[in-house]
Amino acid sequence: MLAHLINGISLGSIYAIIALGYTMVYGIAKMLNFAHGDVIMVGGYVSFCSMMYLGLPAPVAILAAVFVCTVLGIVVERLAYKPLRAATSLAVLITAIGMSYFLQNAALLIWGANPKAFPNMFKNIEAIEFAGARVSPVAIVSIVANLIIMIALTLFTTRTKVGKAMRAVSEDKGAATLMGINVNFTISLTFAIGSGLAAIAGVLLCTAYPTLMPTTGSMPGIKAFTAAVFGGIGSIPGAMIGGILLGIIEILARAYISSELADAIVFGVLIVVLIFRPTGLLGKQVHEKV
Amino acid sequence: MKKKLLSLIMTGALVMAMTACGGSTGASGNSGSGATGNGELTGTLKLGVIGPLTGPAAIYGNAVANGAQIAVDEINALGTGFSIELNAQDDEHDAEKSVNAYHQLQDWGVQAIAGTVTTTPCIAVSAEANSDRVFMLTPSASATSVTDGKDNVFQLCFADPNQGSASAQYIADNNLATKVAVIYNNADAYSTGIYQTFKSKASELGLQIVSETTFTDDTTDFSVQVGDAQSNGAELVFLPIYYTPASLILQQASSAGYKPKFFGVDGMDGILTIEGFDTSLAEGVMLLTPFSADATDDLTANFVKAYNDKYGEVPSQFAADGYDCPYAIMAALKFYAGKNGGLDVTGMSAEKLCDILIKVFADPDFSVDGVTGLGMRWNSNGEVNKEPKAVVIQNGAYVGM
Repeated sequence: MLAHLINGISLGSIYAIIALGYTMVYGIAKMLNFAHGDVIMVGGYVSFCSMMYLGLPAPVAILAAVFVCTVLGIVVERLAYKPLRAATSLAVLITAIGMSYFLQNAALLIWGANPKAFPNMFKNIEAIEFAGARVSPVAIVSIVANLIIMIALTLFTTRTKVGKAMRAVSEDKGAATLMGINVNFTISLTFAIGSGLAAIAGVLLCTAYPTLMPTTGSMPGIKAFTAAVFGGIGSIPGAMIGGILLGIIEILARAYISSELADAIVFGVLIVVLIFRPTGLLGKQVHEKV
Repeated sequence: MKKKLLSLIMTGALVMAMTACGGSTGASGNSGSGATGNGELTGTLKLGVIGPLTGPAAIYGNAVANGAQIAVDEINALGTGFSIELNAQDDEHDAEKSVNAYHQLQDWGVQAIAGTVTTTPCIAVSAEANSDRVFMLTPSASATSVTDGKDNVFQLCFADPNQGSASAQYIADNNLATKVAVIYNNADAYSTGIYQTFKSKASELGLQIVSETTFTDDTTDFSVQVGDAQSNGAELVFLPIYYTPASLILQQASSAGYKPKFFGVDGMDGILTIEGFDTSLAEGVMLLTPFSADATDDLTANFVKAYNDKYGEVPSQFAADGYDCPYAIMAALKFYAGKNGGLDVTGMSAEKLCDILIKVFADPDFSVDGVTGLGMRWNSNGEVNKEPKAVVIQNGAYVGM
């Protein structure tokens, strides 16, 4: 039981880090960036190539992945989403899905369809025994990374000027512009942070489940999106709680109910939550003003 | 619909006409025409190969085509008066394209087919070939639905269910374990088929299955399955699955500190070639495969050398299956020629050849020695009976057991 819980929290932490990208972009640009899952996959491939082909040490490979994904996030936003800032949300959504397919197929062209095995970065670190359950190093790193990222982001959005600007843009884009906030810069920054986090999530995901394919990011991407909605899309602590709960539900459902039904149960929980709390667990009730 | 009906009637009429033709030449064949009279096999056989030469399953199709090419080169170099003309067509592992490839081969005048390589296209093509009366020997399509109800289709590889019972038998015979766990993909016919026969054979032999867990195609987290096997004290984990999920299970078992014996089937072949895979994780993994490239018998050694010389790599099990197909067909024709005062296959109709080959392959006296097994025999269902070889992974290479 304890082992399943720890596995669930570790998987949930990865979901939470990915969910942050969804939730921040949604909070600020009011769009669902469905290409986010594929940025995870790009992060995985970049760190894989840095380690296997360039022989770089793991920390450098992670930094390289974060750098490439941050740039990718900014470029994607600039090329695909910025021209549609005034368009309907449906047009933006379809563009995001198109971007997702583009990234997957580009990866298929560059790296091929054969799955690659991601090298284990924590090979020389022994697993820890905790109350009779084994906790693998990648689980500890995932959980710790999730906590650090969450605290850092909360501090960033509440204490710094840029962070405050972000929250202002998310509350009212027009008013923020009038107050002298550069909205375009703020949105770019949000994409950059979200994509950088996706790279970290990609490396953690591939270390925990070491198979790397062009479609590696899709399923975790959708699950993390579910987590973001579950916790209340737009809310940073909501993404963390949603992610961890989702991870635990998934693992426990697989262990005690059925491994085929696990995904159905995960998405079923989402539906139930949305029926009773349409804004998610921590989402704010926003009343439409007429 | 109307069009379909029309084409069906046309095909029917064509088949009738052809069988009628075949019947008459068959009668005259016994009295001399098409036979050389001295019991020898002569002439040129037009042999088609269908498989994925491009696309995601291309490694399988190319391996089979390369293996078959080597066999054909060797047969033609013998200079016995019998030769094979080979024509390999691409189907991209797609049923529709596979049927197109089959029609292309028919235009070329194909007399027999070594194919198709993968299961789903094979089911489609074998249905066509069955109504056209074209003989098929598939090197690697292992599902029973490939041969079911089609007298003209034979398998060179094990049918899926046989792998399960053979694995259980091997584990019991060699006392590898008494408590066994099984992790299988229940979204995959290959995996569940092997699992079911493994289970019934295991209970027959007194092996105790202490943990049975499943997964589906998208699964990457196996902590639950591995944990279940571990907590139930399984000494051996049977993995009737493909190598990609198997690599994840090996890794996650290792990080959970679980070190049982692992036993796989032919889908495990390929695990050592995954880019970036830490082969030390696969150390000691056993698998049942009809072919191991490091076997020391002459047949295997010659084939591995020829393949390596020509294509610069060690042949996989698929290449070996492809290599055995032309030899098996030649052996069958020789068998017939020896009993019927010779045979000249040049220009012989596919229908007539199909009848001959069906008769010989289903003959209990007919057996073939190949690189994928000695004394291969077929039953009239088209399933092969041969001894599987068990190999174990040591220092990142397969070693015979």
